[in-house]
Amino acid sequence: MRALCWTDTGQIAVRQVPDPELRNGHDAIVRVRQSATCGGDLPLLAGRAPYLADGDVLGHEFLGEVVTVGPQVRRHRVGDRVVVSSTVACGSCWQCRSGAPWCCDNGNPAPEASELAYGHPVPGAFGRPTATGGFAGGHAEYVRVPYADVGAYRIPDQVSDDRALFAADAAPAGWLAAELGGVRTGSVVAVWGAGAVGQLTARAAGMLGADRVIVIDPRDDRLRMARRHTDAETIDPRHADVPAELRERTGGRGPDVCVEAVGPAWDGRPRSLADRFTDAAERPPAVRESVHVCRKGGTVVVLGEYAGYVDTFPLGAVGAKGLRVRGVRQHGARHVPTLLERMARDELRTEHLATHRLPLEEGARGYALFRDRRDGCVRAVFSPDLPPAG
Amino acid sequence: MRRSTRLADTTAGALAGLASIRRLTTGRRTGARPPGSWEVVTVDRPPGEVLPGGRWPEPLRRLAPAIQVEIRQAPGGRGTELAARIRPGATLPGLAAHLAGDDPGRVVRTALWQAKQLTETGEVLRADRSRTDRGPAG
Ligand SMILES: [Zn+2]
Ligand SMILES: [Zn+2]
Repeated sequence: MRALCWTDTGQIAVRQVPDPELRNGHDAIVRVRQSATCGGDLPLLAGRAPYLADGDVLGHEFLGEVVTVGPQVRRHRVGDRVVVSSTVACGSCWQCRSGAPWCCDNGNPAPEASELAYGHPVPGAFGRPTATGGFAGGHAEYVRVPYADVGAYRIPDQVSDDRALFAADAAPAGWLAAELGGVRTGSVVAVWGAGAVGQLTARAAGMLGADRVIVIDPRDDRLRMARRHTDAETIDPRHADVPAELRERTGGRGPDVCVEAVGPAWDGRPRSLADRFTDAAERPPAVRESVHVCRKGGTVVVLGEYAGYVDTFPLGAVGAKGLRVRGVRQHGARHVPTLLERMARDELRTEHLATHRLPLEEGARGYALFRDRRDGCVRAVFSPDLPPAG
Repeated sequence: MRRSTRLADTTAGALAGLASIRRLTTGRRTGARPPGSWEVVTVDRPPGEVLPGGRWPEPLRRLAPAIQVEIRQAPGGRGTELAARIRPGATLPGLAAHLAGDDPGRVVRTALWQAKQLTETGEVLRADRSRTDRGPAG
Protein backbone atom coordinates (compact mmCIF):
# COMPACT_ATOMS: atom_id res chain seq x y z
CA MET A 1 0.00 0.00 0.00
CA ARG A 2 0.96 3.67 -0.20
CA ALA A 3 1.83 5.49 3.02
CA LEU A 4 3.29 8.83 4.07
CA CYS A 5 6.52 7.97 5.89
CA TRP A 6 9.02 9.93 7.95
CA THR A 7 12.36 9.45 6.22
CA ASP A 8 14.74 11.92 7.82
CA THR A 9 14.74 15.20 9.76
CA GLY A 10 12.25 17.47 8.03
CA GLN A 11 11.72 14.88 5.29
CA ILE A 12 8.58 12.88 4.56
CA ALA A 13 7.62 10.95 1.45
CA VAL A 14 4.94 8.63 0.12
CA ARG A 15 6.31 5.10 -0.20
CA GLN A 16 5.13 1.61 -0.91
CA VAL A 17 5.01 -0.30 2.40
CA PRO A 18 3.54 -3.71 3.29
CA ASP A 19 -0.20 -3.79 4.10
CA PRO A 20 -0.97 -3.99 7.82
CA GLU A 21 -2.11 -7.34 9.18
CA LEU A 22 -4.19 -8.53 12.13
CA ARG A 23 -1.78 -9.09 15.05
CA ASN A 24 -4.23 -9.54 17.96
CA GLY A 25 -7.76 -10.88 18.26
CA HIS A 26 -9.18 -7.44 19.05
CA ASP A 27 -7.65 -5.79 15.95
CA ALA A 28 -9.47 -4.43 12.94
CA ILE A 29 -8.06 -3.20 9.65
CA VAL A 30 -9.48 0.09 8.42
CA ARG A 31 -9.29 1.38 4.87
CA VAL A 32 -8.53 5.09 5.29
CA ARG A 33 -10.74 7.66 3.59
CA GLN A 34 -9.29 10.78 5.21
CA SER A 35 -6.45 11.70 7.55
CA ALA A 36 -5.46 15.08 8.99
CA THR A 37 -2.26 16.88 9.91
CA CYS A 38 -1.89 17.87 13.58
CA GLY A 39 0.42 20.18 15.52
CA GLY A 40 1.47 17.17 17.56
CA ASP A 41 3.10 15.76 14.41
CA LEU A 42 5.40 18.73 13.86
CA PRO A 43 8.03 17.81 16.46
CA LEU A 44 8.15 14.37 14.85
CA LEU A 45 8.57 15.88 11.43
CA ALA A 46 11.38 18.03 12.74
CA GLY A 47 13.13 14.96 14.12
CA ARG A 48 12.67 16.04 17.74
CA ALA A 49 11.09 12.77 18.90
CA PRO A 50 13.46 10.00 20.00
CA TYR A 51 13.06 6.53 18.44
CA LEU A 52 11.48 7.79 15.22
CA ALA A 53 12.96 5.76 12.38
CA ASP A 54 13.20 5.91 8.62
CA GLY A 55 9.98 4.44 7.21
CA ASP A 56 7.65 5.10 10.16
CA VAL A 57 4.12 5.86 8.91
CA LEU A 58 2.79 9.16 10.31
CA GLY A 59 -0.71 10.41 11.11
CA HIS A 60 -2.86 9.94 14.21
CA GLU A 61 -6.15 11.48 13.04
CA PHE A 62 -8.07 9.40 10.51
CA LEU A 63 -11.34 7.76 9.55
CA GLY A 64 -12.35 5.12 7.08
CA GLU A 65 -14.13 1.87 6.55
CA VAL A 66 -13.64 -1.43 8.37
CA VAL A 67 -12.34 -4.07 5.93
CA THR A 68 -11.21 -6.88 8.28
CA VAL A 69 -12.01 -7.72 11.89
CA GLY A 70 -10.20 -10.04 14.31
CA PRO A 71 -12.06 -12.91 16.01
CA GLN A 72 -12.55 -10.99 19.29
CA VAL A 73 -14.06 -7.87 17.73
CA ARG A 74 -17.73 -7.57 18.74
CA ARG A 75 -18.88 -4.06 17.95
CA HIS A 76 -17.75 -3.71 14.36
CA ARG A 77 -18.28 -5.47 11.11
CA VAL A 78 -16.87 -5.15 7.65
CA GLY A 79 -18.21 -2.06 5.90
CA ASP A 80 -18.71 0.08 9.04
CA ARG A 81 -17.76 3.72 8.55
CA VAL A 82 -15.65 4.56 11.61
CA VAL A 83 -13.56 7.33 13.10
CA VAL A 84 -10.61 6.06 15.13
CA SER A 85 -9.44 7.63 18.39
CA SER A 86 -5.83 8.79 18.05
CA THR A 87 -4.84 6.97 21.25
CA VAL A 88 -4.79 3.22 21.81
CA ALA A 89 -6.66 2.12 24.95
CA CYS A 90 -7.75 -1.35 26.07
CA GLY A 91 -11.09 -0.56 27.70
CA SER A 92 -10.48 -3.15 30.45
CA CYS A 93 -7.91 -1.74 32.87
CA TRP A 94 -8.69 0.36 35.94
CA GLN A 95 -7.78 3.61 34.18
CA CYS A 96 -10.01 2.86 31.19
CA ARG A 97 -12.85 1.69 33.42
CA SER A 98 -12.53 4.89 35.50
CA GLY A 99 -13.05 7.04 32.42
CA ALA A 100 -9.40 7.91 31.77
CA PRO A 101 -8.46 5.94 28.65
CA TRP A 102 -5.53 8.25 27.92
CA CYS A 103 -3.99 6.80 31.08
CA CYS A 104 -4.63 3.20 29.87
CA ASP A 105 -2.18 0.65 31.29
CA ASN A 106 -2.30 -1.74 28.33
CA GLY A 107 -2.23 0.32 25.15
CA ASN A 108 1.52 0.22 24.62
CA PRO A 109 3.40 -2.91 23.57
CA ALA A 110 6.75 -1.30 24.43
CA PRO A 111 6.19 0.39 27.80
CA GLU A 112 9.83 0.51 28.90
CA ALA A 113 10.81 3.69 27.07
CA SER A 114 8.00 5.87 28.38
CA GLU A 115 8.33 4.42 31.85
CA LEU A 116 11.95 5.53 31.86
CA ALA A 117 11.14 8.94 30.41
CA TYR A 118 7.97 9.76 32.38
CA GLY A 119 8.01 7.43 35.39
CA HIS A 120 5.08 5.40 34.03
CA PRO A 121 4.28 3.75 30.73
CA VAL A 122 1.99 5.91 28.59
CA PRO A 123 -0.45 4.29 26.19
CA GLY A 124 0.02 3.96 22.48
CA ALA A 125 -0.94 6.36 19.75
CA PHE A 126 -1.02 5.99 16.00
CA GLY A 127 1.78 7.35 13.86
CA ARG A 128 4.17 7.73 16.77
CA PRO A 129 7.56 6.16 17.54
CA THR A 130 8.14 3.15 19.80
CA ALA A 131 7.92 5.06 23.08
CA THR A 132 4.26 5.69 22.25
CA GLY A 133 3.58 2.17 21.08
CA GLY A 134 5.06 2.29 17.61
CA PHE A 135 1.73 1.85 15.82
CA ALA A 136 1.76 2.79 12.15
CA GLY A 137 -0.28 5.89 11.40
CA GLY A 138 -3.27 6.85 9.29
CA HIS A 139 -1.58 8.72 6.44
CA ALA A 140 -1.86 5.49 4.47
CA GLU A 141 -4.33 3.37 2.55
CA TYR A 142 -4.88 0.96 5.46
CA VAL A 143 -4.30 0.99 9.23
CA ARG A 144 -4.33 -1.71 11.89
CA VAL A 145 -6.53 -0.63 14.82
CA PRO A 146 -5.76 -2.52 18.08
CA TYR A 147 -8.68 -2.96 20.54
CA ALA A 148 -11.02 -1.90 17.74
CA ASP A 149 -14.13 -2.20 19.94
CA VAL A 150 -12.67 0.55 22.15
CA GLY A 151 -10.84 2.72 19.62
CA ALA A 152 -13.10 2.79 16.56
CA TYR A 153 -16.52 4.50 16.54
CA ARG A 154 -19.37 4.06 14.06
CA ILE A 155 -20.10 7.43 12.47
CA PRO A 156 -23.82 8.38 12.52
CA ASP A 157 -25.26 8.58 8.99
CA GLN A 158 -26.01 12.31 9.34
CA VAL A 159 -22.35 13.15 10.02
CA SER A 160 -20.10 13.65 6.97
CA ASP A 161 -16.55 12.36 6.80
CA ASP A 162 -15.37 15.97 6.67
CA ARG A 163 -16.92 16.65 10.06
CA ALA A 164 -16.33 13.29 11.78
CA LEU A 165 -12.60 13.39 11.09
CA PHE A 166 -12.10 15.89 13.91
CA ALA A 167 -13.61 13.47 16.43
CA ALA A 168 -10.38 11.44 16.17
CA ASP A 169 -8.33 13.85 18.26
CA ALA A 170 -8.84 17.62 18.05
CA ALA A 171 -12.45 17.75 19.28
CA PRO A 172 -11.98 15.35 22.23
CA ALA A 173 -8.75 17.13 23.19
CA GLY A 174 -10.50 20.51 23.23
CA TRP A 175 -13.45 19.07 25.12
CA LEU A 176 -11.21 17.50 27.76
CA ALA A 177 -9.26 20.75 28.16
CA ALA A 178 -12.48 22.62 28.92
CA GLU A 179 -13.67 19.85 31.22
CA LEU A 180 -10.40 19.58 33.18
CA GLY A 181 -10.26 23.37 33.35
CA GLY A 182 -13.53 23.16 35.27
CA VAL A 183 -15.31 25.45 32.79
CA ARG A 184 -18.86 26.13 33.94
CA THR A 185 -21.59 28.72 33.58
CA GLY A 186 -20.04 32.15 33.98
CA SER A 187 -16.43 31.08 33.49
CA VAL A 188 -13.98 33.32 31.68
CA VAL A 189 -11.65 31.25 29.52
CA ALA A 190 -8.52 32.26 27.61
CA VAL A 191 -7.12 30.00 24.92
CA TRP A 192 -3.64 30.47 23.46
CA GLY A 193 -3.61 29.23 19.85
CA ALA A 194 -6.39 29.35 17.25
CA GLY A 195 -5.51 26.18 15.40
CA ALA A 196 -8.06 23.39 15.20
CA VAL A 197 -7.52 22.32 18.82
CA GLY A 198 -7.63 25.90 20.13
CA GLN A 199 -10.84 26.64 18.23
CA LEU A 200 -12.45 23.41 19.38
CA THR A 201 -11.44 24.21 22.98
CA ALA A 202 -13.09 27.61 22.62
CA ARG A 203 -16.21 25.96 21.23
CA ALA A 204 -16.26 23.39 24.04
CA ALA A 205 -15.88 26.16 26.63
CA GLY A 206 -18.86 27.97 25.09
CA MET A 207 -20.93 24.78 25.10
CA LEU A 208 -20.09 24.21 28.77
CA GLY A 209 -21.48 27.65 29.62
CA ALA A 210 -18.46 29.97 29.64
CA ASP A 211 -19.46 33.61 29.80
CA ARG A 212 -16.46 34.88 27.83
CA VAL A 213 -13.95 33.02 25.73
CA ILE A 214 -10.88 34.88 24.52
CA VAL A 215 -8.62 33.36 21.85
CA ILE A 216 -5.04 34.56 21.34
CA ASP A 217 -3.17 34.00 18.08
CA PRO A 218 -0.86 36.03 15.83
CA ARG A 219 -2.63 35.01 12.57
CA ASP A 220 -5.48 37.09 11.09
CA ASP A 221 -6.99 34.19 9.19
CA ARG A 222 -7.20 32.00 12.28
CA LEU A 223 -8.59 34.78 14.48
CA ARG A 224 -11.26 35.52 11.88
CA MET A 225 -12.17 31.85 11.75
CA ALA A 226 -12.32 31.62 15.55
CA ARG A 227 -14.69 34.61 15.71
CA ARG A 228 -16.91 33.20 12.96
CA HIS A 229 -17.15 29.61 14.21
CA THR A 230 -17.02 30.01 17.98
CA ASP A 231 -18.42 32.71 20.25
CA ALA A 232 -14.90 33.79 21.13
CA GLU A 233 -13.39 37.26 21.18
CA THR A 234 -9.80 37.49 20.03
CA ILE A 235 -6.46 39.11 20.84
CA ASP A 236 -3.63 39.47 18.35
CA PRO A 237 -0.35 39.50 20.32
CA ARG A 238 1.32 41.43 17.48
CA HIS A 239 -0.81 44.44 18.33
CA ALA A 240 -1.55 44.03 22.04
CA ASP A 241 0.13 43.38 25.36
CA VAL A 242 -1.64 40.09 26.06
CA PRO A 243 -1.40 40.04 29.90
CA ALA A 244 -2.51 43.69 30.17
CA GLU A 245 -5.34 43.13 27.70
CA LEU A 246 -6.54 40.02 29.56
CA ARG A 247 -6.42 41.84 32.89
CA GLU A 248 -8.51 44.63 31.44
CA ARG A 249 -11.07 42.28 29.87
CA THR A 250 -11.50 40.29 33.09
CA GLY A 251 -12.02 43.14 35.54
CA GLY A 252 -8.49 42.73 36.86
CA ARG A 253 -9.11 39.16 38.02
CA GLY A 254 -7.52 37.23 35.17
CA PRO A 255 -9.20 34.35 33.34
CA ASP A 256 -10.58 31.48 35.45
CA VAL A 257 -9.23 28.95 32.99
CA CYS A 258 -6.18 29.38 30.75
CA VAL A 259 -5.60 26.81 28.03
CA GLU A 260 -2.31 26.55 26.20
CA ALA A 261 -3.11 25.08 22.77
CA VAL A 262 0.00 26.23 20.93
CA GLY A 263 2.35 23.32 21.41
CA PRO A 264 5.98 22.97 20.50
CA ALA A 265 5.61 24.05 16.89
CA TRP A 266 8.56 23.32 14.68
CA ASP A 267 11.32 25.83 15.20
CA GLY A 268 13.25 24.54 12.21
CA ARG A 269 16.35 23.63 14.17
CA PRO A 270 17.25 19.96 13.95
CA ARG A 271 18.65 18.70 17.23
CA SER A 272 20.83 15.83 18.32
CA LEU A 273 19.09 12.78 19.73
CA ALA A 274 20.19 13.50 23.28
CA ASP A 275 18.99 17.10 22.91
CA ARG A 276 15.60 15.91 21.87
CA PHE A 277 14.92 14.41 25.25
CA THR A 278 17.15 16.28 27.67
CA ASP A 279 19.32 19.35 27.44
CA ALA A 280 17.44 21.46 24.96
CA ALA A 281 14.38 21.95 27.12
CA GLU A 282 11.38 23.73 25.65
CA ARG A 283 10.69 27.27 26.81
CA PRO A 284 7.06 27.56 25.87
CA PRO A 285 6.10 31.25 26.03
CA ALA A 286 2.35 30.57 26.03
CA VAL A 287 2.62 28.27 29.05
CA ARG A 288 4.55 30.94 30.95
CA GLU A 289 2.14 33.68 29.95
CA SER A 290 -0.92 31.65 30.93
CA VAL A 291 0.49 30.92 34.40
CA HIS A 292 1.29 34.60 34.79
CA VAL A 293 -2.17 35.93 33.90
CA CYS A 294 -4.39 33.16 35.28
CA ARG A 295 -6.59 34.32 38.17
CA LYS A 296 -5.62 33.30 41.71
CA GLY A 297 -6.91 29.79 42.33
CA GLY A 298 -7.58 29.32 38.61
CA THR A 299 -6.63 26.44 36.35
CA VAL A 300 -3.97 26.27 33.66
CA VAL A 301 -4.43 23.49 31.12
CA VAL A 302 -1.44 22.46 29.03
CA LEU A 303 -2.59 20.92 25.75
CA GLY A 304 0.67 21.30 23.82
CA GLU A 305 2.51 18.05 23.27
CA TYR A 306 5.83 18.55 24.99
CA ALA A 307 7.98 15.45 24.80
CA GLY A 308 10.61 16.09 27.43
CA TYR A 309 11.51 18.98 29.71
CA VAL A 310 10.42 22.57 29.98
CA ASP A 311 12.65 25.29 31.28
CA THR A 312 11.98 28.63 33.02
CA PHE A 313 8.59 27.44 34.17
CA PRO A 314 7.11 29.97 36.64
CA LEU A 315 6.66 27.55 39.51
CA GLY A 316 6.65 30.44 41.96
CA ALA A 317 3.41 31.77 40.53
CA VAL A 318 1.80 28.33 40.76
CA GLY A 319 2.38 28.25 44.50
CA ALA A 320 1.82 31.93 45.23
CA LYS A 321 -1.49 32.03 43.35
CA GLY A 322 -2.70 28.56 44.26
CA LEU A 323 -3.07 27.50 40.64
CA ARG A 324 -4.06 24.10 39.38
CA VAL A 325 -2.04 22.87 36.42
CA ARG A 326 -3.57 20.08 34.35
CA GLY A 327 -1.93 18.03 31.63
CA VAL A 328 -4.10 16.75 28.82
CA ARG A 329 -4.01 14.52 25.80
CA GLN A 330 -7.48 13.21 25.09
CA HIS A 331 -9.74 10.57 26.57
CA GLY A 332 -11.17 9.34 23.27
CA ALA A 333 -13.33 6.54 24.56
CA ARG A 334 -14.97 8.88 27.05
CA HIS A 335 -15.85 11.69 24.66
CA VAL A 336 -15.96 10.52 21.04
CA PRO A 337 -19.47 9.00 21.12
CA THR A 338 -21.06 12.11 22.65
CA LEU A 339 -19.10 14.41 20.34
CA LEU A 340 -20.36 12.43 17.34
CA GLU A 341 -23.91 12.86 18.68
CA ARG A 342 -23.35 16.61 19.00
CA MET A 343 -22.03 16.61 15.43
CA ALA A 344 -25.15 14.71 14.28
CA ARG A 345 -27.34 17.34 16.00
CA ASP A 346 -25.36 20.06 14.23
CA GLU A 347 -24.26 21.57 17.56
CA LEU A 348 -20.64 20.96 16.74
CA ARG A 349 -19.36 21.79 13.26
CA THR A 350 -15.73 21.20 12.41
CA GLU A 351 -15.45 20.86 8.64
CA HIS A 352 -14.27 24.48 8.17
CA LEU A 353 -11.02 23.52 9.89
CA ALA A 354 -10.04 21.33 6.94
CA THR A 355 -8.75 24.21 4.85
CA HIS A 356 -6.73 22.11 2.40
CA ARG A 357 -7.71 18.80 0.81
CA LEU A 358 -4.99 16.92 -0.95
CA PRO A 359 -4.23 13.47 -2.32
CA LEU A 360 -1.99 11.40 -0.07
CA GLU A 361 0.80 11.85 -2.64
CA GLU A 362 0.93 15.53 -1.72
CA GLY A 363 1.51 14.79 1.94
CA ALA A 364 4.86 16.57 2.05
CA ARG A 365 3.35 19.70 0.49
CA GLY A 366 0.39 19.54 2.85
CA TYR A 367 2.63 19.34 5.91
CA ALA A 368 4.75 22.23 4.64
CA LEU A 369 1.64 24.40 4.21
CA PHE A 370 0.42 23.37 7.66
CA ARG A 371 3.78 23.83 9.38
CA ASP A 372 4.35 27.29 7.92
CA ARG A 373 0.65 28.25 8.26
CA ARG A 374 0.85 29.37 4.64
CA ASP A 375 -2.15 30.05 2.42
CA GLY A 376 -4.50 30.16 5.45
CA CYS A 377 -3.80 26.54 6.26
CA VAL A 378 -5.39 25.39 9.54
CA ARG A 379 -5.42 21.68 8.75
CA ALA A 380 -4.43 19.73 5.63
CA VAL A 381 -6.56 16.66 5.03
CA PHE A 382 -5.24 13.84 2.87
CA SER A 383 -7.21 11.23 1.03
CA PRO A 384 -5.67 8.15 -0.57
CA ASP A 385 -8.71 8.10 -2.90
CA LEU A 386 -8.06 11.50 -4.50
CA PRO A 387 -6.12 11.11 -7.73
CA PRO A 388 -2.58 12.55 -7.58
CA ALA A 389 -2.39 15.92 -9.35
CA GLY A 390 -0.71 16.16 -12.74
CA MET B 1 23.05 -1.15 5.13
CA ARG B 2 22.04 2.44 5.65
CA ARG B 3 18.81 1.48 7.34
CA SER B 4 20.40 -0.81 9.92
CA THR B 5 23.13 1.67 10.80
CA ARG B 6 20.58 4.42 11.26
CA LEU B 7 18.47 2.20 13.45
CA ALA B 8 21.43 1.25 15.61
CA ASP B 9 22.48 4.90 15.92
CA THR B 10 18.96 5.91 16.83
CA THR B 11 18.64 3.31 19.54
CA ALA B 12 22.02 4.08 21.06
CA GLY B 13 21.36 7.82 20.95
CA ALA B 14 17.92 7.54 22.42
CA LEU B 15 19.11 5.27 25.18
CA ALA B 16 21.87 7.72 26.00
CA GLY B 17 19.21 10.42 26.18
CA LEU B 18 17.01 8.31 28.42
CA ALA B 19 19.90 7.41 30.68
CA SER B 20 20.64 11.07 31.25
CA ILE B 21 16.96 11.68 32.00
CA ARG B 22 17.26 9.03 34.63
CA ARG B 23 20.22 10.89 36.14
CA LEU B 24 18.27 14.11 35.97
CA THR B 25 15.22 12.71 37.73
CA THR B 26 16.60 10.27 40.26
CA GLY B 27 20.31 10.82 40.51
CA ARG B 28 20.77 7.13 39.77
CA ARG B 29 23.18 5.99 37.15
CA THR B 30 21.06 3.39 35.34
CA GLY B 31 17.54 1.95 35.40
CA ALA B 32 18.71 -1.37 36.85
CA ARG B 33 17.64 -2.19 40.41
CA PRO B 34 19.59 -4.33 42.88
CA PRO B 35 19.11 -8.09 42.46
CA GLY B 36 16.31 -9.43 44.61
CA SER B 37 14.17 -6.26 44.41
CA TRP B 38 10.43 -6.73 44.06
CA GLU B 39 8.69 -5.53 40.92
CA VAL B 40 4.95 -4.87 41.26
CA VAL B 41 1.95 -4.20 39.04
CA THR B 42 -1.67 -3.66 39.99
CA VAL B 43 -4.15 -5.86 38.16
CA ASP B 44 -7.72 -4.59 38.01
CA ARG B 45 -9.22 -7.97 38.96
CA PRO B 46 -9.84 -9.79 42.26
CA PRO B 47 -7.04 -12.07 43.55
CA GLY B 48 -8.97 -15.19 42.51
CA GLU B 49 -8.82 -14.08 38.89
CA VAL B 50 -5.17 -13.07 39.05
CA LEU B 51 -4.03 -16.43 40.45
CA PRO B 52 -6.90 -18.75 39.44
CA GLY B 53 -6.71 -21.91 41.55
CA GLY B 54 -3.45 -20.58 42.99
CA ARG B 55 -1.73 -20.99 39.61
CA TRP B 56 0.58 -18.25 38.37
CA PRO B 57 -0.47 -16.54 35.17
CA GLU B 58 1.61 -16.73 32.01
CA PRO B 59 4.32 -15.67 31.35
CA LEU B 60 5.36 -15.70 35.03
CA ARG B 61 4.92 -19.48 35.08
CA ARG B 62 7.74 -19.85 32.57
CA LEU B 63 10.14 -18.07 34.95
CA ALA B 64 9.53 -20.55 37.79
CA PRO B 65 11.37 -21.71 39.84
CA ALA B 66 13.72 -18.74 39.60
CA ILE B 67 11.15 -16.25 40.89
CA GLN B 68 8.91 -15.69 43.90
CA VAL B 69 5.38 -14.36 43.41
CA GLU B 70 3.15 -12.64 45.97
CA ILE B 71 -0.22 -10.97 45.80
CA ARG B 72 -2.21 -8.69 48.00
CA GLN B 73 -5.42 -6.72 47.74
CA ALA B 74 -4.96 -3.21 46.31
CA PRO B 75 -6.54 -0.30 48.19
CA GLY B 76 -9.62 1.55 46.96
CA GLY B 77 -11.09 -1.30 44.94
CA ARG B 78 -8.23 -1.25 42.47
CA GLY B 79 -7.88 -5.01 42.30
CA THR B 80 -4.77 -6.99 43.16
CA GLU B 81 -1.14 -6.03 43.63
CA LEU B 82 0.92 -8.71 41.91
CA ALA B 83 4.59 -8.77 42.91
CA ALA B 84 7.49 -10.89 41.71
CA ARG B 85 11.23 -11.04 42.24
CA ILE B 86 14.11 -13.27 41.37
CA ARG B 87 14.93 -15.55 44.29
CA PRO B 88 18.24 -14.54 45.85
CA GLY B 89 20.96 -16.52 44.09
CA ALA B 90 18.64 -17.96 41.42
CA THR B 91 19.21 -17.55 37.71
CA LEU B 92 16.50 -17.07 35.10
CA PRO B 93 15.87 -20.02 32.81
CA GLY B 94 17.06 -20.23 29.17
CA LEU B 95 16.12 -17.40 26.87
CA ALA B 96 15.02 -15.16 29.73
CA ALA B 97 18.52 -15.26 31.18
CA HIS B 98 19.92 -14.36 27.78
CA LEU B 99 17.52 -11.39 27.43
CA ALA B 100 18.07 -10.21 30.97
CA GLY B 101 21.64 -9.06 30.44
CA ASP B 102 22.74 -7.00 33.42
CA ASP B 103 19.14 -6.15 34.43
CA PRO B 104 17.23 -9.33 35.30
CA GLY B 105 14.60 -7.18 37.04
CA ARG B 106 13.57 -5.92 33.60
CA VAL B 107 12.56 -9.43 32.56
CA VAL B 108 10.43 -9.79 35.68
CA ARG B 109 8.86 -6.41 35.05
CA THR B 110 7.97 -7.26 31.45
CA ALA B 111 6.52 -10.60 32.56
CA LEU B 112 4.38 -8.80 35.14
CA TRP B 113 3.12 -6.28 32.57
CA GLN B 114 2.18 -9.12 30.24
CA ALA B 115 0.49 -11.13 33.02
CA LYS B 116 -1.54 -8.05 33.91
CA GLN B 117 -2.48 -7.45 30.29
CA LEU B 118 -3.48 -11.08 29.73
CA THR B 119 -5.68 -11.05 32.84
CA GLU B 120 -7.30 -7.72 32.02
CA THR B 121 -7.72 -7.95 28.24
CA GLY B 122 -7.20 -11.60 27.33
CA GLU B 123 -4.24 -10.85 25.07
CA VAL B 124 -0.74 -9.42 25.04
CA LEU B 125 -0.75 -6.45 22.72
CA ARG B 126 1.67 -6.90 19.86
CA ALA B 127 3.39 -4.07 18.04
CA ASP B 128 2.97 -3.66 14.31
CA ARG B 129 5.51 -5.72 12.44
CA SER B 130 8.81 -3.94 12.75
CA ARG B 131 10.64 -2.72 9.70
CA THR B 132 13.30 -5.36 10.20
CA ASP B 133 10.94 -8.32 10.14
CA ARG B 134 8.95 -6.90 7.24
CA GLY B 135 11.67 -7.09 4.65
CA PRO B 136 11.48 -4.96 1.55
CA ALA B 137 8.09 -3.61 0.51
CA GLY B 138 6.27 -5.75 -2.06
ZN1 LIG C 1 -3.80 15.44 16.81
ZN1 LIG D 1 -6.90 0.36 29.45
